[in-house]
Amino acid sequence: MGSITLDHVNKTFGGHPVIPDISLAIEDGEFVVFVGPSGCGKSTLLRLIAGLEDTTSGTIRLDGADMTDAPPARRQLSMVFQSYALYPHMSVYDNIAFPLKMANTDKATIDIKVREAARVLNLTDYLDRKPRALSGGQRQRVAIGRAIVRQPKAFLFDEPLSNLDAALRVNMRLEITELHQQLKTTMIYVTHDQVEAMTMADRIVVLNAGRVEQFGTPLELYRRPANRFVAGFIGSPRMNFIEGADAAGHDAHAIGVRPEHFRLSSTEGTWKGKVGVAEHLGSDTFLHVQTDAGLLTVRAPGDHTYEHGDDIYLTPEPDRIYRFDRDGRAVA
Amino acid sequence: MARAVSTQRKAGFTILAWLVALLIFFPILWTVLTSFKSEAEAIASPPTLIPNWTLENYIEVQSRSDYLLHFGNSVIISIGSTLLALLIAIPAAWSMAFAPARRTRDILMWMLSTKMMPAVGVLVPIYLIFRDAGLLDNVWGLTIILMLINLPIVIWMLYTYFKEIPVDILEAARMDGAILWKEIVYVLVPMAVPGIASTLLLNIILAWNEAFWTLNLTAARAAPLTAFIASYSSPEGLFWAKLSAASTLAIAPILLLGWFSQKQLVRGLTFGAVK
Repeated sequence: MGSITLDHVNKTFGGHPVIPDISLAIEDGEFVVFVGPSGCGKSTLLRLIAGLEDTTSGTIRLDGADMTDAPPARRQLSMVFQSYALYPHMSVYDNIAFPLKMANTDKATIDIKVREAARVLNLTDYLDRKPRALSGGQRQRVAIGRAIVRQPKAFLFDEPLSNLDAALRVNMRLEITELHQQLKTTMIYVTHDQVEAMTMADRIVVLNAGRVEQFGTPLELYRRPANRFVAGFIGSPRMNFIEGADAAGHDAHAIGVRPEHFRLSSTEGTWKGKVGVAEHLGSDTFLHVQTDAGLLTVRAPGDHTYEHGDDIYLTPEPDRIYRFDRDGRAVA
Repeated sequence: MARAVSTQRKAGFTILAWLVALLIFFPILWTVLTSFKSEAEAIASPPTLIPNWTLENYIEVQSRSDYLLHFGNSVIISIGSTLLALLIAIPAAWSMAFAPARRTRDILMWMLSTKMMPAVGVLVPIYLIFRDAGLLDNVWGLTIILMLINLPIVIWMLYTYFKEIPVDILEAARMDGAILWKEIVYVLVPMAVPGIASTLLLNIILAWNEAFWTLNLTAARAAPLTAFIASYSSPEGLFWAKLSAASTLAIAPILLLGWFSQKQLVRGLTFGAVK
């Protein structure tokens, strides 16, 4: 069991509110991702849940029990750090065994559990090594092994993949998602990478300046962003925003159109423009088009025929235009 | 050509280094040499460099005083005060390095400032306290006072080493269920072993050589080797050769310790200087 409830949690550092007031309910077994730009308070929020930081006010409940003032050791949560934070003086075996030793588990049980975790994570051949003799991906797996071995109420991941190279990152992303499906334990995962958030999460919390901008499933956030911030943050390349007369025509302060929601034509359309930079990805091409409405990014098929300097007409798909009021809130 | 110049410069610096080293080492060398001379030879003018190699001073010193008693006292005082200081300093340095408060910096500076105060300034009150507590001429009294004297340095050194340890690893231990003392014993201390070892060595050396408090607070029973040396500078006049023999006996153990642990000491003292 591992439900986590935050009730009006507030955190202030030296008089400066990092998290003004957050309430969240994370259900047992959910994979929740905290995503947001750097400095948005997502790591602080995770550390508050972990107990590594004290809350200034508000309550944190784990499975209904008030854990606001409990030390990390009593919360039965496991954490995987960005820096791996392995114990450099211990072997891989001892690293994974450490949480069990702290819980006074008997030696025979420790041995069974450590070997089982090592088997699942393909670490069996490395049990005698010290962390410094491992590659980045292996170190990350040891950190995960250390987290899963004592069956915590929930796993907390603090940007665990940002020190890995791109290929390994995709692999580990799959492994962590796979792990969640096997264990069905609550996971909270902090990242600034919206692709990681979209691909891994059951639900995403989008944070900005210590506030929850929106809490929902990846597709909800993509299809029905609550405001301009979420609309711009979720989706890659990011949504185009158009203000002024074009927006007024839709009865809004600003309208947003995702790059994949344009119809392209060389003869007619809503906005006329000139093709600037074209980024070829093979499957898609991102065209940066200078139009009357500003610089717009468009996702075109990989085999399109537009070249730098060509004239192009862009028409937004009518049912895919997002409207925002003056405060950035989405208008239904 | 540039190469040749650089070789010349290197040779120059090497010679300079040797000269400085010799200058520092000369008094010790002279003491050791004098200890093997007769009293007459020791004060001869011009002095002789190579002695006649007599052991009479050592025999005399051995018969006049109990070297082993003083040696034992020195060992108890220096090791005892160091271990006691570490026991207090490790948790203190932990809190200053990993849980600093608004005034931590000030406390550290204040502790250091106590080392700038001349010791004699507090001699009378400490003497009176020791007298009333029955700690005069007592090894445990000396152990406590030397621990207090060196505690600021020990805390400062450990604080510097602990600052180099990533706080993530300690937090990982907390998440893994370690309570505070387990975090310190199983994670922090093993990671800081090089720093703790050099702090330990340096502090043993400082305590071994401490002469102000050991001379003023002891008479006979608890006197360590520093007081043993001092007993050879008598009102009847200096007996250079015997004094030298006593000094040689007093510094030999610590010199050997320093010699065998010099790698650890150098590493410890230059820790954090180069990353």
